[in-house]
Amino acid sequence: MIDYMEQVLHYLPQVLFAVALGVTSYFFYKSIARIRRNINLGRDLQLEGPTAERWKTMARVAMGQTKMVVRPVAGIMHILIYLGFILINIEVLEILLDGLLGTHRLFKPLLGKAFYSFLIGFFEFLALLVVVACVVFLYRRNVHKLKRFWKPEMKGWPAKDGNYILIIELILMSFLLIMNASDPTVDGFLISGFLKPLMPADEGTLHLIERVAWWGHILGIFAFLNYVPYSKHFHIIMAFPNTYWSNLNAKGSFNNLESVKKEVELMMDPNADPYAAPPEPDPNAAVLRFGAKDVKDLSWKQLMDSYTCTECGRCTSECPANQTGKMLSPRKIMMDTRDRLEAVGKNIDEHGPDHDDGKALLGDHISAEELWACTSCNACVQACPVNIDPLSIIMDLRRYLVMEESNAPTELNSVFTNIENNGAPWQFAQADRFNWASE
Amino acid sequence: MAETLTVPTMADYMARGEAPEILFWVGCAGSFDDRAKKITKALVKLLQKAEVKFAVLGTEEACTGDPAKRAGNEFLFMMQAMMNVQVLNGYGIEKIVTACPHCFNTLKNEYPELGGSYDVIHHTQLLRDLMKDGKLKVEGGSFKGKRITFHDPCYLGRGNGEYEAPREVLEKLDAELSEMKRCKTRGLCCGAGGAQMFKEAEKGDKEVNIERTEDALEVKPDIIAAGCPFCNTMMTDGVKHFEREDNVQVLDVAELIASAADL
Repeated sequence: MIDYMEQVLHYLPQVLFAVALGVTSYFFYKSIARIRRNINLGRDLQLEGPTAERWKTMARVAMGQTKMVVRPVAGIMHILIYLGFILINIEVLEILLDGLLGTHRLFKPLLGKAFYSFLIGFFEFLALLVVVACVVFLYRRNVHKLKRFWKPEMKGWPAKDGNYILIIELILMSFLLIMNASDPTVDGFLISGFLKPLMPADEGTLHLIERVAWWGHILGIFAFLNYVPYSKHFHIIMAFPNTYWSNLNAKGSFNNLESVKKEVELMMDPNADPYAAPPEPDPNAAVLRFGAKDVKDLSWKQLMDSYTCTECGRCTSECPANQTGKMLSPRKIMMDTRDRLEAVGKNIDEHGPDHDDGKALLGDHISAEELWACTSCNACVQACPVNIDPLSIIMDLRRYLVMEESNAPTELNSVFTNIENNGAPWQFAQADRFNWASE
Repeated sequence: MAETLTVPTMADYMARGEAPEILFWVGCAGSFDDRAKKITKALVKLLQKAEVKFAVLGTEEACTGDPAKRAGNEFLFMMQAMMNVQVLNGYGIEKIVTACPHCFNTLKNEYPELGGSYDVIHHTQLLRDLMKDGKLKVEGGSFKGKRITFHDPCYLGRGNGEYEAPREVLEKLDAELSEMKRCKTRGLCCGAGGAQMFKEAEKGDKEVNIERTEDALEVKPDIIAAGCPFCNTMMTDGVKHFEREDNVQVLDVAELIASAADL
């Protein structure tokens, strides 16, 4: 009986670890499935362009972070956290294996003591840089109060979210360093070596500290993993598919609406029979609106954009409308799209797929005033470090305002009339168009 | 102004059974706006000096539909585009030059899907090529010692990735080219794009063109160079706002070259 109890106690940490890993994986999988389902609520869209160029764009923009370093301070700090995150995962792999197999520092004998020490030392160096970068970022947000982090759309949860992420990362890095410093089986690591003298001499206490830090680090990572899909921090995953599916066309080129094209072609076709019965409508086809009123009218790529946004606000800080005090903020457009999409997804979960909550992206989240402030200058698109396109959403919402609601500013309605009647936005006769040559 | 230009139209060429090398798409601003008409004429003179066989559509030209599209009226855009494509294809047009980045962008990027595929270039690109080929020569003398700053039009720069052509052309003037703190990919809009030109700005605390003119005046220029008739208007208004019109001129790249070439 005693032997049996000993056996149970011996394997207990491993069992607990496996359960924790299982629960973490289950909830993470559920989150990914939910987000995937939500993104697929968007309109179908065939994105063309060579695969090689797509991979190259992803390598350059997401992996190489070429657009981050346009602003050097934030860019370099971000690269430190990014590299730290990626490379420290090798140590996390060891922790995972140790946890499941009941081993301790599994990689040490495999890699040889010297190389192992070098590797962990290198990770510790990265961890220290991550700590520095997180502190700088917290300072920029909360003490220096960088303007773009204090815009109206950042009030409440978005501001807290940003700080939580940085604080969690600080805690995780501290656990990592304490774990190494309190481990008597290893010594002389680059950074934690300096922490060793601070540790208690008592073996039992030391072991307890080591275990708490070890479990704290890995359980913290598990928790963080399941926080990420509910947070702006989800960009660490979405940046990759989103840059892969980047718009490869010239930024000035806006899409032509196929639905409108068909109608206009029919209208202009002299051989079309105006009395012909319309073709039998496909009962399964979704009602296609001209432009977008709600998230389901947007394409899956536009919805993917919204889950990729990490609310850094570079778009908004480069936006000419926002800089001159207008209501428009491209970052808010992306945040609203994601919020509305989450709400629509929640409605489906709670009330089934056909539930209508009577709300929409246009009107309940984004106002006409915001949309009409846009100069379509592409500064937001250019500024985004992960190739999000807020402008295309602004344009699709404008299209709905104009084509479905006839709700354009009065001056623009005259412009439309002029173009239609005189072929120019101003009230000049078409016949006078060539007068400039003889004036 | 009694100065009459002889500008051939496509119909003229057609009547002679000939075809020009390139169509000059004048655009609505270039045809009707008093300030932009000067840019149109400057470009015509440069084309003639470089002996480029060109033609215009004259009264057969109509708005590309750009302002309608940016304002969300895709129907109107499509109608304009399809009518223009019929005219352009009817004449068998292959190459188009325009002095308006909005026409340039629409013709180049949005017409191909509607059956209108042409080789479309901006006038600063054509001027650069003509200079490279030695067909157009300018003496920079009159601009020596002057400071010029170029304002990037959104639909030429960010929209189509062309930042260098206008600068290469301006370099020939032997003037001092000075960049604004925000230029090229990070250049600030003049405030006219997206159909804003034709409406009151939304409520804010400043006009975009004032913000941009501040950028320009910061480099203490003698001349603000533009490559778009709408930017030209916005920057001119901005300079007037600061009452600096006596010592700061806003001129199109084509006007600067034409003036250097004594045209």
